[in-house]
Amino acid sequence: MTYTKRIDGRKFDELRPMEAKVGVVPRADGSAFFKIGNTWAYATVYGPRNLYPKALQNPERGILRCTYSMMPFSGAGERVRPGPSRRAREISLVTEKALIPILDLTEFPNSVIDVFIDFPQTDAGSRCAGITAAAMALADAGIPMRDLPAAVAVGIVDGTFVVDLNYEEEAHEGIVVDMPIAMLPRTKEITLLQMDGKLKQEEFDKLLEIVTKPILKINALQRRALKQKFKKLPLEEVKE
Amino acid sequence: MGRILVKNKEIVVPGTVIAEGMDFIPSTGTFREGDKIINSLLGILNIDGRVIKVIPLAGQYIPKVGDVIIGRVTDVTISGWRVDTNSAYSAMLSMKEASTTFIQKGSDLTKYFQIGDYIITKVINVTSQKLVDLTMKGPGLRKLRGGNIIKVSPIKVPRIIGKNGSMINMIKEYTDCKISVGQNGLIWIQGEPKKEIIVIKAIRMIEESAHLPGLTEKVKNYLEKACGEESKTQVKEQKTNPKQAMKR
Repeated sequence: MTYTKRIDGRKFDELRPMEAKVGVVPRADGSAFFKIGNTWAYATVYGPRNLYPKALQNPERGILRCTYSMMPFSGAGERVRPGPSRRAREISLVTEKALIPILDLTEFPNSVIDVFIDFPQTDAGSRCAGITAAAMALADAGIPMRDLPAAVAVGIVDGTFVVDLNYEEEAHEGIVVDMPIAMLPRTKEITLLQMDGKLKQEEFDKLLEIVTKPILKINALQRRALKQKFKKLPLEEVKE
Repeated sequence: MGRILVKNKEIVVPGTVIAEGMDFIPSTGTFREGDKIINSLLGILNIDGRVIKVIPLAGQYIPKVGDVIIGRVTDVTISGWRVDTNSAYSAMLSMKEASTTFIQKGSDLTKYFQIGDYIITKVINVTSQKLVDLTMKGPGLRKLRGGNIIKVSPIKVPRIIGKNGSMINMIKEYTDCKISVGQNGLIWIQGEPKKEIIVIKAIRMIEESAHLPGLTEKVKNYLEKACGEESKTQVKEQKTNPKQAMKR
C-alpha cells in the first residue's frame, strides 16, 4: 500500500499552518510563541542571570539550561503527568545541544541562561516547534547569536516522502520514518538530527535534501515575527 | 568593492548577512565570516562610513569599567559590602573605596551602608570572570536617601539620558525633580509626588518607543501637557481651597 494522499489533505511538501509571535510574556527577558498545526509552543528566556549552586558555574562561559515541558492537558485526551519525565529530560537535552552551537556564551561567564519551553497543546513535532520558539525567544532576549535556527520533521510514510508529520502519520501502522531536524538557515549546518524507523542511505540523503525548503520557510516567519514586535508590517509578506 | 545588502536604520534579526566584501569593519553586534559581515543581535542597523554596528533592542546589563550605576547593598562583610548591580554579577565595594575618610579596620561597617541601602557608585574594575569592584570616591557618588527607584531596560538608558543629557535635562526642567540614571537601568527620582509620577510616565514612554523617530518631540509634548495640567489643577486647588475653608 502506498500513501497517496495525506490524512489532513496537505501536499506532501506542505507545512501545517503556522503562526509566530514574539514578546508574549512581558515578565520574561525574552519570549516567543510558535504554533504549527495543533502543536503550540511557548518559549521564555530568563538571563543571563547568576547561577547557584556555585558548583555548576563555569568560569569560562555561561551555561544554557533548557526545560521542555508538556502541560497536563496538552495530550490527546489522556492527562500528561506534569514534571520531568525520562522523555522530557531527553528532549530538554537535545534542545540544549541544538541551541548551544549558535550562542556565544563567553561574554557571560559564571552565569546561566534559562530557557523554558511549554506546550499547551501537542500533536507531533513538539521538539521542533520548541527549538523554533526558543530561537526566537533567545533573539528577543538580546543574546548574541550566530544564526536563527529553525526545526522541522521530515519522514517517509509507506514509501512517500513527507514534510512535517502530524500525529496520525507518525503513528501510522505501515512503515514510517520520522526525522526531526534543526538547521541553521544561513550555513545549512544541522544542529539536531534524530531518527525513528529504518531507512536506506539514499532515502536518508533525500530526506536531508527536502528539509531545506521548509526550514527556510519557517525561518522567514521567525524573522518576520521578531521584526513585527517593533514595527507593524503588512501580513501578506509572510509567504516567501 | 563591497556591497551593503540591508538598508541603514533597518531592524535586523540575528544571522542576517549585512554586507559583502572586505571594505567594511564589523563593530558591536556583528561579526565577519569569510568575506561577509553578519549580525548577531536583534537591533537597529547603523552604518557609519565603513563601520557597521547594530544597536541592540534588548539585553541585560553587563558591568563595564567606568559605568556609574545604582546598586543595592545586599550584604555587609568584614572588609566591605556586597552590592547587587541588577545584572548576573554582584559587585564588591571594599572599605578602602567606600569613603574619602579613613575607616578603622574592624569598625562597624553598617554605620556607612546598611543592607537594603541604594547607592550611586562607579565600577572601577571588572575581571574576565566578571568579579566587579566598585568605588564611592568621585563626584556625585553617594548613598541615596528618600525618593523613588524604578527599573528600566538597561539597553534604553542611552535614550533616556539623550545626547549630552538632553532628554533627562528636559524632564528635570519641566518637573523640578532630582533624577539620577544608573547605567544598569535603575533610576532614582526625588521630587513632589505628583511630579514624580509624571517623570515615571515620561520614562516609561521613552522606554516603549525608544526605537522610533521623533522621540524628543513626543516626550516634550507629553511633559508640556502633563505639567500644564498639573499647574492648572494646582491653581484650581488653590482657588477651591479658600471656598472649602469658608464652607467649613
